[in-house]
This record gives sequence, C-alpha cells and structure tokens, in this order.
Amino acid sequence: MQMPTPDAAILARKDQIVKRLQSVLPDGAVVHDPIQTRVYECDALTAYKCPPLCAVLPATTAEVSAVMRVCHEEGVPVVPRGAGTSLAGGALPTADSVILGVARLNDVLETDYANRMIRVQSGRTNLSVTGAVEEEGFFYAPDPSSQLACAIAGNIAMNSGGAHCLKYGVTTNNLMGVTMVMADGEVVEVGGAHLDSGGLDLLGLICGSEGQLGVVTEATLRILAKPEGARPVLVGFDSNEVAGACVSDIIKSGILPVAIEFMDRPCIRATEAFAGAGYPDCEALLIIEVEGSDAEIDDQLARIVKIARAHNPVELRESTSAEESAKIWLGRKSAFGAMGQINDYMCLDGTIPVSELPLVLRRIGEMSKEYGLDVGNVFHAGDGNMHPLILFDANKPGDLEKCEAFGADILKLCVEVGGCLTGEHGVGVEKRDLMVSQYNQTDLEIQLAVKDVFDPAWLLNPAKVFPLASTETRRAS
Amino acid sequence: MTLTTEADLAEAIVAANGPLRVQGGGTRDIGAPVDGAELSTRGLTGVTLYEPGALTLVARAGTPLSEIETLLAAEGQRLAFEPGDMRALLGTKGASTIGGVIATNASGPRRIQVGAARDFCLGVRFVDGQGQVLKNGGRVMKNVTGYDLVKLMTGSWGTLGVLTEVSLKVLAIPETEATLVCEGQSAETAVTSMAAALGSPFDVTGAAQMNGQTMIRLEGLEQSVAYRAKALQDGVLNGFDVVEGAASAALWSDLRDVTPFAGKDGAVWRISVKPSDGPALVRELGTMSPDAIYDWGGGLVWLRVADEGDAGAQMIRDDLSHIGGHATLIRASAATRASVPVFHPEPAPIAALTQGLRAKFDPRGILNPGLMGA
Repeated sequence: MQMPTPDAAILARKDQIVKRLQSVLPDGAVVHDPIQTRVYECDALTAYKCPPLCAVLPATTAEVSAVMRVCHEEGVPVVPRGAGTSLAGGALPTADSVILGVARLNDVLETDYANRMIRVQSGRTNLSVTGAVEEEGFFYAPDPSSQLACAIAGNIAMNSGGAHCLKYGVTTNNLMGVTMVMADGEVVEVGGAHLDSGGLDLLGLICGSEGQLGVVTEATLRILAKPEGARPVLVGFDSNEVAGACVSDIIKSGILPVAIEFMDRPCIRATEAFAGAGYPDCEALLIIEVEGSDAEIDDQLARIVKIARAHNPVELRESTSAEESAKIWLGRKSAFGAMGQINDYMCLDGTIPVSELPLVLRRIGEMSKEYGLDVGNVFHAGDGNMHPLILFDANKPGDLEKCEAFGADILKLCVEVGGCLTGEHGVGVEKRDLMVSQYNQTDLEIQLAVKDVFDPAWLLNPAKVFPLASTETRRAS
Repeated sequence: MTLTTEADLAEAIVAANGPLRVQGGGTRDIGAPVDGAELSTRGLTGVTLYEPGALTLVARAGTPLSEIETLLAAEGQRLAFEPGDMRALLGTKGASTIGGVIATNASGPRRIQVGAARDFCLGVRFVDGQGQVLKNGGRVMKNVTGYDLVKLMTGSWGTLGVLTEVSLKVLAIPETEATLVCEGQSAETAVTSMAAALGSPFDVTGAAQMNGQTMIRLEGLEQSVAYRAKALQDGVLNGFDVVEGAASAALWSDLRDVTPFAGKDGAVWRISVKPSDGPALVRELGTMSPDAIYDWGGGLVWLRVADEGDAGAQMIRDDLSHIGGHATLIRASAATRASVPVFHPEPAPIAALTQGLRAKFDPRGILNPGLMGA
C-alpha cells in the first residue's frame, strides 16, 4: 500500500506550524511530541502506520475553524479523525499531515422529543447518542458493531450502517443536518430540524464523503421511539443456497425484520468453540429478528417460521424470552472475537444483490483454497452487506500481502455480480485502488470534480478514496 | 425527434447549442420557466431488472410511473416513498415518469417514516451537460462507494444532468392500513397529537391535518394494526375514530396529491419546517389569509395564498430565516414564477457550492438554466 511522499517543506516547518496551531487553541490541545503523536499513527486498520506531523483536539466549531484556517494558509493536509475505529484506514495520517481529532467535541446540544431529533457535537460516540435519549424511550437507529467506541463524525464520514439497517436505514437516512467547517475555515450549516433540502441535496453528498469535503462538527440526528420489544429466531440450513433462498422468501413475504444475519460454517464453528452459544453444526445459519408487542412478534415469527420450514432447516429455534434471545445473539456478537482468537484477520466489507449470495459464497470458498487462507463469513444478509473475515498470520512474511490480494478478489467479485466495493466501512486507503473496478475514469473524474468544489487545494484527507495516480496532479497543485 | 437510447440522449446534449428544457412526463411543471429546446426522456422506457426477493428495481428514466406501480403491485410491492400525482393540482397532463419522480425527489406522506425518494434511490445513470454518460451508486441497499452522487442527482431537477436510468429500493405493500381521525382540532393541538403518536412505539406511517381532520396512519399485518390502533386510542389519541380500508387509503392519496387545493385558485407553497413550527408559521402569515394543510407531523405545510404580487414570498422566507426550513413555490402563474425565486434562496456559502457543482456538471449552463434559481 502506497502513501504520498511527505512534503519535505512542511516537515521542515513543523515547529512554526505547531506554534501557529497552539496560538489558536487552548493549552494541551496540540499534540506534537513524537512519542505522543504515535497514538494517532493508525486507526483500526492497524497494518499501516505513520505518525502525523501533529494532532489537534479542538473542542468547539470555532476552534475547528481556526485550525482549518491555519492549515489552509500553511498548505498543510488535514486528516479528520473520529474515534479511530475505521477498518478502511480512513484516519490514517501521512507524516506531513495534521490529525484533527473530534474527541473533545462530545456535547449534546439539544434534545427535542416532540420533533424527534437530537443535535450533538460530532465527536460523541454512537451509543451515547442513544444513551442521551433512551430514558425517554427513544434511540438512534444506525448501530455499527463498534458503536460503543465510534464517533458520529466517523459514522457520517463513512455512512455507517449496522445490523438493524434493514429496517431503519444507514447514517444518511437518519441524518438531518450538519454544521461543517470547510477546508478554508468557513463554517456552513446544511439541513437542520426540517426534512429535505430546498436546493441541491448537499447533505446527502456530504454524508459518506470520508472527511474529504469538510469537517463535520455538529449533527442533527433523527431519533425514533423504541419498539415495545424484539425477539429473534435462529434457523440452520445444510446449504448456503437454501439459506439464501430463505432470506429472499422472507423479504418477499412482506415482513420486514429489523435484522437478518447470516453466518457460514467456518464462522459457526469458530464462534461455537469460543462462546458456546449452542449453535448447530451446519452449513449456514440465519438469525432473524422482529420487533413489536409480544403478540405482534409472535405473529411475525410464526410467519417467518412457516417460510423457513418450507426450506427444510436442520435447526429452528424460536426465542420466547430475553435469555433465549441473548443466547441466540451471543454467538453472532462474538463472531469477530472468535475469529480473532484463531489468528489475525482482515474484515472485508462489500455488498452484493441478495440473489447472488450462493454464487458469491461458493466463489469465496474456492478462492480460499487457491490462496490457502481460511475465511469465515458473517454478514447482514437482508441487505446483502458481506463481511468476509480472512484469517492470516501477521508475523508470517508475505501473509498480509496474500490476504490483501484475496480480499481484493472478493471485492472485485462483489462488483462483478452487481454489488459495491463497500457497504458501511468506506473506501479509505483499503479499497482506494479498487475504485477503478467499480467506476470508469469518467465516473471517477466527476467525483474528483466535486472535491475540487469543496476543497480546491485538496488538503482534506487527500490520499484517500481515489487511486493515488488519479489524484496526483490535484494534490500537487 | 424521440430519443430512445442513452447514447442518443448524450449525442443530443453534445449537439445542443443553447439551453435545454429537460422533461420527463411534464406533469411536475414547477420552477422558473425555462426558455429552451425540449429534451425529453420519454422515449427511454423499460424496466431492465426487477428482483422482488431483493427489493430492487431498475428502470430507464422515461418509464411511466404507472407502469412501475402496476408491475410492483403484481408482486405485492410498491414505491414506499409515495410519490404524488401533481396533475390535478398543477393542471398538467401526460404521464409521470420515474426519472421525473427522482429528479424532483417527489415524496409523499410516508416520507416522515420511511424516507424520501432520495432514500430509496440506490443508483443512477445520467448524462451531464457535456454529454458524458456517468453512473453512481448501484443496485444494492448499501450503495455508497465514493461520493453519493445519487443523493445529489435526486432532487436536482435536471440541472446537473439528465437521468437515463435509476435503481430503486422497493417495499412490500402491507397487509392492511387504518387511519385514526379526529375532527376540529386546532392546528397546534393537531401537531401535539401527531407528535405524541409519532413519538410512540406504534410505527405511525402518516401524520397530518387536512380539511380540519387530524389523521394518523397505521400500516402492517392485520393483527398488528388493530393492536396499535387500540393502543393509541387508549393512550395519546383518546377520542380518535378508526377509518379502515379504501376510505383510509383515499384520505392519504388526497393528501399526497394535495387534492383539496386542486380545484381552487391561488398560489401554492410547499414549506418544510421543524414540525412544531408549522402552526406558528401559518399564524404569523395570517394577513395573507392562507389555507393550510399539514403533513409530516406538522413539518410539511402546504399553503394556498392569493397569486398576487410576490405570492407572499418575502414574508414566508423572512419568517423561515428565523426558524429554519425552506419554501418552494409549487404552483403560481408563469409571471409570478419568473419574478419570484421558486426555490428557496440559499445563504451565500451554500449558493457558492451549488454554483460550483453546476459549473462542474454542466459547464455550458445548458441544462434547465435558471429553473432552480440563479
């Protein structure tokens, strides 16, 4: 993986740049000691590391604006950072960049239950947004696995999703407005407590732009009333094809579960060994969860069970209590930990049309043999968002490269069958060079032109999302 | 000449030497009048992919909306964002196209629960102002790779490019629906009732006040709708009656199509505000003697005023500058639309971004120039 050569002139001016940043921020908000900046050398894509020039930790929109103004004048690249949980390297610095961490922007600014919205500073963690409203019976719907740690800023940057997005949508469907600091320090308001845009949908464009169009400092989020209850059913099948067909039939039936999760045999075995959730040893396993009152749940589960039975499942376990629900979810929720106990792993994120599920799983199995690396599949089947986990040994020379090549092949396959390179993790550096497999040069050029409008000097997170070669002249100018 | 392929359309745009008036079915005649040659997508028809089991449909932009709705209904599915039929309100003829629906982000009462057209559009193909064929998004639920130009194109009214194909997420038609109604509530009380219902766990899919009637919609499995209706009646919607079946559906199609204003003259505004601000805004505008319909729990105000002078533009937008939101002049005479900004004027930094994007997508400024304003 290649990153741009750091600008020697910027490196040479480090002291001066740090001084200028210190002059616009409170004491302790500029981290420049080479030992301390190592904290910011990578995000959750730990294979790549590079300490930044320095890191800044502003606590207000005005401070973010002041930082951006300084960096703009100095021509220094800025890499915005939420909580650093990106699996795609979205917050990976270069040596000549300033990390702009939003961790201190964590206040709740306004809660408004009558209008079903909350306004927060963007460094607030996903789960603590729900935490701020749950006593009143509300929640914030997008629920990435990292929700305990990840920040709303990062959720917006990557348009994050989660297991329950089948019903509630991803970040972009739950984001109503942002306060954003532009690359030159100007502060803009986009959207708000009202719905939709009176002009072009800039909010829709900003969400998912991976910190390349501006730094979001505040967000207005839609909150929803919590359903009365939720319960899952677990269904095991002896083939991926049949499990895939069952998913299709459930969706077609008109029932909209909040989640349909899928695990394949390698993943089931690993989690069973790790968590002992009592999963059947079968080829494919579905966890389907529905919401409502007890009677509504019973009604929906009965319909789902009827559909599932028509596919001759090897196991079918309907939850009737909170304990049973927890047990059904236990394995799924420990899947990543279980795989991590076997070896190092790389978690991929691609989407496919649900109908292509059996084919894609078969091809992944074949590739697994060709590459000699094990892979487990655990994913959101309802919306075709796959998360293959490729196992490798980071200490074995060449294994990481092999794993990356395998991952790239899987993502290309996703695109080939009509899907996308990313579902909810973003492109970052991880999938930057694969963009050409989904988009041709013209398709990419118009996206680059969009960045030209928001950030003409290409200072915001410049080495991400697009193949380096396609952005070279812009970054150099 | 009828353009029947994307390549033809691209060629026509390359060959254009003046402004183009981009048209789908021509049923949503909204915006400043465009003086230009007509460029219609009506010839680009056909559903190219429909997978009911994946809840996805791909169609060429000129495909009639009615054709898509019929196809979906045969599989028990629908476009959940409830695009309205504006013909009666606007006095237009023709057949609405799916491209027009997406280009105008046409969304109805269910927007408040499931989202707008922009939330259901998964992918687009379009031709930009230089005749380049472009694509963005895909045909999967989680579609964003790179920048989400799908959202940018949705609701861009043909000013950034001409849509040639759209991929959509569809949803199942629920087993049944019912509406809880209450006559004679003041707008303020109605909005309070709506907020209570929308803030309940009972999955309300519509909340409005029209013709003096407060309406709360429930949809889903039969048992579940009955249960939720009772729970609301026993709780926050005490005193509301239940309307079922076709009578319930009729209420919402009338609201969706703004039927109460269809036969009456005057200018019509579509105003999006924070729901609790709706009634107060209308009261502020009292000197205009407005006729108001509230949708989206009070957050969408359809306002009918006299089509005189600026049709109230200055007053409405002054008020909105304090409380936030936007107002679009949906219906007015061509003269009014030519002199009053139909779309909500943007603050300078946002307007600069809009202009910057237009200059990239349509450097010659030939696609619906002026339709959305400067």
